[in-house]
Amino acid sequence: MRNPPQVAMTDQARIRNFSIIAHIDHGKSTVADRLLERTGAVASRDMREQVLDTMDLERERGITIKANAVRLEYRAADGEAYALNLIDTPGHVDFSYEVSRSLEACEGAVLLVDASQGVEAQTLANAYLAIEAGLEVIPVLNKIDLPAAEPERVEAELLGILGGKPADIIRVSAKTGEGVDELLEAIVTRLPAPGGDTAGPTRALVFDSYYDSYRGVVCHVRIVDGTLRSGDMVRFMATGAQAPADEVGVRRPAPVPRDALGPGEVGYLMTGIKEIDRVRVGDTVTSTARPASRPLTGYLEPKPMVFSGLFPTDGDDFERLREALDKLRLNDASLVYQPETSRALGFGFRCGFLGLLHMEIVRERLEREYDLDLVATAPSVEYRAHLADGSEVPVRSPQDLPDLAALVSVSEPVVKVMIITPSEYVGTVMELVQQRRGEMGEMTYLTPERVELHYRIPLAEIVFDFFDQLKSRTRGYASLDYEPADYRQAKLVRLDILLNGVPVDAFSSIVHTDRAYRRGKAMVERLRELIPRQLFDVPVQAAIGGRIIARETIKAARKDVLAKCYGGDITRKRKLLERQKEGKKRMKMVGQVEVPQEAFIAALRIDE
Amino acid sequence: MTGPGAVAAGVPSPDAAELADAAQAWRSAYVHVPFCHRRCPYCDFAVVTPEEGGGPDRFPRYVDALLAEIDREKEWGPLDAVNFGGGTPSRLPAAELGRIVAALQDQFGLVEDAEVSLEANPEDWTEATAAAVAAAGFTRVSLGAQSFDPAVLEALGRRHRPEHATAAIDAALAVGFRTVNVDLIYGTPGESAASWASSVERALDSGVQHLSAYALTVERGTALSRAVAAGAAAPDPDVQADAYDHLEAAAPAAGLVRYEVSNWARPGHVCVYNLATWAQGEYLGFGLGAHSHRDGTRRRNVRRLDVYLERVERGERPEAGRERLTSAGREQERLFLGLRRAAGAVSGEAGSTLLATAAGRRLVASGVIEEREGRLRVLRPLLTDAVLREIPDQA
Repeated sequence: MRNPPQVAMTDQARIRNFSIIAHIDHGKSTVADRLLERTGAVASRDMREQVLDTMDLERERGITIKANAVRLEYRAADGEAYALNLIDTPGHVDFSYEVSRSLEACEGAVLLVDASQGVEAQTLANAYLAIEAGLEVIPVLNKIDLPAAEPERVEAELLGILGGKPADIIRVSAKTGEGVDELLEAIVTRLPAPGGDTAGPTRALVFDSYYDSYRGVVCHVRIVDGTLRSGDMVRFMATGAQAPADEVGVRRPAPVPRDALGPGEVGYLMTGIKEIDRVRVGDTVTSTARPASRPLTGYLEPKPMVFSGLFPTDGDDFERLREALDKLRLNDASLVYQPETSRALGFGFRCGFLGLLHMEIVRERLEREYDLDLVATAPSVEYRAHLADGSEVPVRSPQDLPDLAALVSVSEPVVKVMIITPSEYVGTVMELVQQRRGEMGEMTYLTPERVELHYRIPLAEIVFDFFDQLKSRTRGYASLDYEPADYRQAKLVRLDILLNGVPVDAFSSIVHTDRAYRRGKAMVERLRELIPRQLFDVPVQAAIGGRIIARETIKAARKDVLAKCYGGDITRKRKLLERQKEGKKRMKMVGQVEVPQEAFIAALRIDE
Repeated sequence: MTGPGAVAAGVPSPDAAELADAAQAWRSAYVHVPFCHRRCPYCDFAVVTPEEGGGPDRFPRYVDALLAEIDREKEWGPLDAVNFGGGTPSRLPAAELGRIVAALQDQFGLVEDAEVSLEANPEDWTEATAAAVAAAGFTRVSLGAQSFDPAVLEALGRRHRPEHATAAIDAALAVGFRTVNVDLIYGTPGESAASWASSVERALDSGVQHLSAYALTVERGTALSRAVAAGAAAPDPDVQADAYDHLEAAAPAAGLVRYEVSNWARPGHVCVYNLATWAQGEYLGFGLGAHSHRDGTRRRNVRRLDVYLERVERGERPEAGRERLTSAGREQERLFLGLRRAAGAVSGEAGSTLLATAAGRRLVASGVIEEREGRLRVLRPLLTDAVLREIPDQA
């Protein structure tokens, strides 16, 4: 049952819109849980961990992937009732785009730092995003109950970045609830109320959206000017889509319908629009009766950093994959894709992702939520090929790299990388960066024990396992953030892999010349381990421009039979065979060779 | 007597198609005797050791339960074969074994020349035992020699020594069992090619008319699988393939013809119970963990001794589960059982479906299977499961 619509809009002066920004694992979701509980948005008995993380994947991985918004009703110490709109954001570097979007809908941000960990790379990156967006920042130390907490040291780090005085920093334990009341008061007293023209034409920012199979596209909106009324005919200014506002309301966190949302309010809008490309995140909603003349400043289109081919294991599932991607894109504006054909894998899509985590999550969601079996090819960055005729073509797949004859040069994306590490690991971090063709930039001591390092590194060198390597070299203490910088020429070639004498496009990769031999050797060795023995010998070769540089052989299977069936237990043998048959279905036939799905990705996660 | 002489005498070769197909109509019984001195590290059969309450004091009660289970079975028969497996059937005194054979005879009847077989451990098997067992009605004995190399026997956790196996074979042959079988296990980690060749030679020279050779397999839940998980060497499939090839090459000179993936026999000495199983024939299983196949249903008994005894003594069926296949499922099963035989199986619907797939064509092209005169045969027995996995699910 839905609640009856509530009439009153909230006075702007009694609204505070804020995000919590933090490095991953610094306790953002737990602090959000406490705020919800303390303001009664969720009764204690309904409390579970990570209330706002509704996706199974988010709860399993303990991370936030999607932004979310919830309205908290809070009676402050001044006796007034306030509406606090908490706009939840993800913490992983792949999703910084989601963070900047959420910040657009806020006036303030709570910058959360784990008192035992200290300032990390995403703490800084997010803090800068908030400051650039002109937000008021409330610094908060979380997990002060931990024995390992070092509040003084971490406060010193924070003040070094934000300025201000120690008294500005609030100490909280989301676990015990200590400091949560002070935080709520600070949100009311320190963050500004939203501005906006009450009487002007309606302008609402779509800062997120998701697809509901019954209601169509549901938008999260922040009203900037005017009023968004249920029943009004509305227009999405960028796409031109028009539809009646079937329902507007706020989330607490369950949806509560309202007659209207006024300036400064955050809520949802349902229009019944089913065509997902007609509602774009970043668009401005206005009313057709009295349209605004200019849209709000939207966002930059998110820029995919990593590209990979996604192919259904069963070729018949191609259309289902297309539908699934279309639906997923509605929840995830950063996902881009276009059809791609692979000789080895058939019809699929070349998809662009924000990073490797994003890629893994998209793939996992497609498989789980849409019941698809997928093969993902090795991730690639977007290169640029410069041709003899002076033109330049983007290269998102190794197959797009033009023939050597036509090619003048190739350039690759370079990113600005920030690493924060305890100073004792500076040596090993530098060594790692050097191996990855990185160039040293500034080095700043946050405190005598912690260093902020800046580099420029080719993106291709960090997308695979750089983060894992960084973590293992620093015992997990270093953190990383990066942003696109520019393109730079490099000596790059396409490394091809031949299976049974036939090139398998899905295994090709673009590599630096100096690395090609070792990479090729490592690839064929890894594939020999990953591909099960077939009925015949299968040569695995690595080649550059037709020249074979490495070779291994997967020897033919010689024994593949159960010697005995126990005491007439035919059922057991049949069940075993049935399970093995199921396993075979997850293999992809490449020419005459059965290749497990994992091989397409795992082969590239190699230690050269 | 080797092939030609046997054919002249009208005895079909062990791998003859007419034998393989006729076996479908044979009826047999399986009797499980779970008692063992101790559990071998690779064994995952339903076994009870003295420490687990499977000492000799339990034997009469268990046999009584078997008799009750047999007695309660519907009218059926007569039986072409009876097979006592284990466990270690030779742990039971001949008198107890005789009670069971008599009960089966009473309840179902045995055809003339019925095969009545039991498995025996060499260390339990003296000439006196052999004579008493033969007198109890057994016509065939299967001796678990496993290897003739003391180091390999040690690795397999077996209690006997090679000379016990030789003496046991001699005793069985002397007493005049119609068929004496030796079981060998190949591919035990640490077993060299020379060790295996020597075991094969001693088995073939011993005069037995039947030989079963099984690759050591790591079954879940066994001591062996725990050892392998902890880093001990696992059986190497290539070494096992070499061992198999060696036996395949050596057996014919001793007059032994391979008629199933793991079984060799002289003409006139095929294991009736075995052939019936692969022909999708019917059998009744009695005792702990025993399996039955009758009227299109496969049943299995409980695997715990105390549960088995209680159920039977309360007059209940000791059944743990059953499965009834659809006719399409049975057709698929017919092929997957039949293809284990050297004679192969009539292609039928399942065979035609397989041959129509791309995978089926690849198997033919690579010489793993062939179809001739309406029969499908696996030419590379060690790749049988690779073939079976390609049989499409029948609509």
